[in-house]
Amino acid sequence: MTQKSLMLQVRNLRKTFTLHGRGGVQLPVFNDISFEVSAGECVALIGSSGSGKSTLLRSLYANYLPSAGEILVKHHGEWVDIASVEARTKLEIRRETIGYVSQFLRVIPRISSIDLISEVAISGGMSSEIAIEVSSALLRRLNLPEHLWNVPPATFSGGEQQRVNIAMGLVRPYPILLLDEPTASLDASNRESAIELILEAKSRGAAIIAICHDETARDRFADRLFDVSQFKAAA
Amino acid sequence: MMKALLEAESVGHSYPGGQLGCEDVSFRLYPGEVLGVVGESGSGKSTLLGCLSGMLEPSNGIVRFDVGGQGLRDVFSLSEPERRLLMRTDWGIVRQNPRDGLRMNVSAGGNVGERLMAVGARNYGNIRNEALDWLTRVEIPSSRVDDLPRTFSGGMQQRVQIARILVSKPRLIFMDEPTGGLDVSVQARLLDLLRGLVRDLGVAAVVVTHDLAVVRLLSDRLMVMRQGRVVETGLTDQVLDDPQHPYSQLLVSSVLQA
Repeated sequence: MTQKSLMLQVRNLRKTFTLHGRGGVQLPVFNDISFEVSAGECVALIGSSGSGKSTLLRSLYANYLPSAGEILVKHHGEWVDIASVEARTKLEIRRETIGYVSQFLRVIPRISSIDLISEVAISGGMSSEIAIEVSSALLRRLNLPEHLWNVPPATFSGGEQQRVNIAMGLVRPYPILLLDEPTASLDASNRESAIELILEAKSRGAAIIAICHDETARDRFADRLFDVSQFKAAA
Repeated sequence: MMKALLEAESVGHSYPGGQLGCEDVSFRLYPGEVLGVVGESGSGKSTLLGCLSGMLEPSNGIVRFDVGGQGLRDVFSLSEPERRLLMRTDWGIVRQNPRDGLRMNVSAGGNVGERLMAVGARNYGNIRNEALDWLTRVEIPSSRVDDLPRTFSGGMQQRVQIARILVSKPRLIFMDEPTGGLDVSVQARLLDLLRGLVRDLGVAAVVVTHDLAVVRLLSDRLMVMRQGRVVETGLTDQVLDDPQHPYSQLLVSSVLQA
């Protein structure tokens, strides 16, 4: 493939929080961000704490609503602005095109880890038997002890929760992946498994946008860095 | 292109004396989608639910439903028999108080079987088996099937009501504060059950509640109402994590982070 195939185009994105309960105080986060990501490419977001990396990632997932600009996502071969389409298309994009590994595990309570992961696979049309198989294989690679698979992750350690999180984001071959600190709170050998899975996703053609403070890990999978702090909006 | 199941167009209702119930509400609900409606008491969410579910004729606007999969029709232009059939087949209404949705002097099994008979089932053995099957799915022990609902706890009554509704395989269910008045632990189990059923059956739902945890768990989309009007709509997690309207911000910030 000589022609790079674009998967994501961010254009003139701005995010400002308005706190109505505080007399309408404005908290500008970033302004006029534009960048592109192609299939098989990994862009790492950098910038100091508070520069808006997670806010940007959440905006790409339609969890935050941008104040201005466009987020064009290649969804079923068409460009769709996830910031402005109707809600059910946003859900469809999340189901089929964009996977998200958040920094904090926030899942449906009282559901076992293996079911959380296989439900994601089933939502992509996998049969429940195969979904369980694929999910088990992932958890095995991530070294999550087998006696934890049938337990809801609420009581897990940070590293254990993180591995459930990664498995949920990688169990389907999403064309676009958003990773917020995927290797934080993992020990060396588990970090290695996570990095390998990310590299595999990249080589199958996923476009990846990642936040990763761990530079050694970041250097392994990121093709280029994108500094969010240079778009800091004036207050 | 998927067809809408339910469509509200500028729906409004004022009570006699001019008191505003709800005003200018428009949305489309598609098969399998769960819409949450939140707001404080008096925000008009129950009035809206009444209008949508054919109980309360709106003073303005139109409510359309895809009757029998045959295309959208104005719910209030249906004949009385057509509307009654709709309520027994395509629709299910989960009342906040299970005593309003159950017949208290008929056994739990009878309550469920009755819905089947209302749509023409006649074979007693089949009716009983299907009633038993549904009561099991909502975790009512088979030993209690022949007991009257008034001997049940509130949580059990609510589950019998849900079995009674789901037995006729509705395509759309309306829920008014489905966990209201239940203990927190009972609420959690009921929510797990509802979530599982909605997902497995692919049924669409409109859930009215003041409890943000309920919509976080059950609904795909959220509508925030205040003083009869919709002030914000969006994906549930977006409205809860990044609310835009002053009232939505107040509502979200009033809840302790769990």
